[in-house]
Amino acid sequence: MENYRTPLRRARGLGSAKHGVGHWISERVTSVALVPLVLWAVFGVITLAGTDYYGAVAWIANPVNAVLMVLLTAVSFLHMHAGMRVIVEDYIHKSLSKLALLLLNLFVCALVGSLAVFSILKVALGGA
Amino acid sequence: MTETTQGPRERPLSPHLQVWRPHATMVGSILHRITGSALYGGALILAGWAMSLAAGPDAYEGFMTLLGSPLGKLVMFGLTLSVFYHLAKGVQHLFWDVGAGFKLATANMGAVACYAFAVAATLAVWVIAAMTGAL
Repeated sequence: MENYRTPLRRARGLGSAKHGVGHWISERVTSVALVPLVLWAVFGVITLAGTDYYGAVAWIANPVNAVLMVLLTAVSFLHMHAGMRVIVEDYIHKSLSKLALLLLNLFVCALVGSLAVFSILKVALGGA
Repeated sequence: MTETTQGPRERPLSPHLQVWRPHATMVGSILHRITGSALYGGALILAGWAMSLAAGPDAYEGFMTLLGSPLGKLVMFGLTLSVFYHLAKGVQHLFWDVGAGFKLATANMGAVACYAFAVAATLAVWVIAAMTGAL
């Protein structure tokens, strides 16, 4: 069958799918952003572990902490969605299982990430 | 129009896991994926923390009691190791992405540096946590 392909068709078949680079760049950009965010979060966790509910509310009511928490959550969920997607694509080859797991990954990340961001904003804006 | 040259070249195959002796960069790469998966769970715990905070004092104290239990502390310790390992390995990958650090000796040294950083940073954080009364 290969012999019936025209040179143009063959050249097209050898090229990239033309949209993979966006995923690749997104993975790198989120990982660069997560370096300072995660280091900040480690010290946030130490602070929060030493305080109670009211201390935690006061901590997150600070605009800097609130914004960094929202960024940490949003960027983390984007990054982990991309990472888990690659893992599923690498190891799951049955198309229906693959589709189901990719959808599950997307929905879990979108739902839980949104719940976390909304919760942070609710407390930060004083409605707790 | 018929083909005058042969078809596309054979694509390269990944080396099979079972015929390779474990070495620093290989174990490092596998650990990067394992710690990344662990941090997926860690992000869900982070979300649970935020949701319990929004749910009020009782839910929050319940969640923090769970995290402070021996099992909770074990999970948090594992997540600390995972965070620092995945962070260090991620930085090594960023160097690789710009084409640096591919010499075998450099790559091996980088892999070992990632293990060392993860262990040292984890111990440092837990010592600081113990000293500030966070445990």
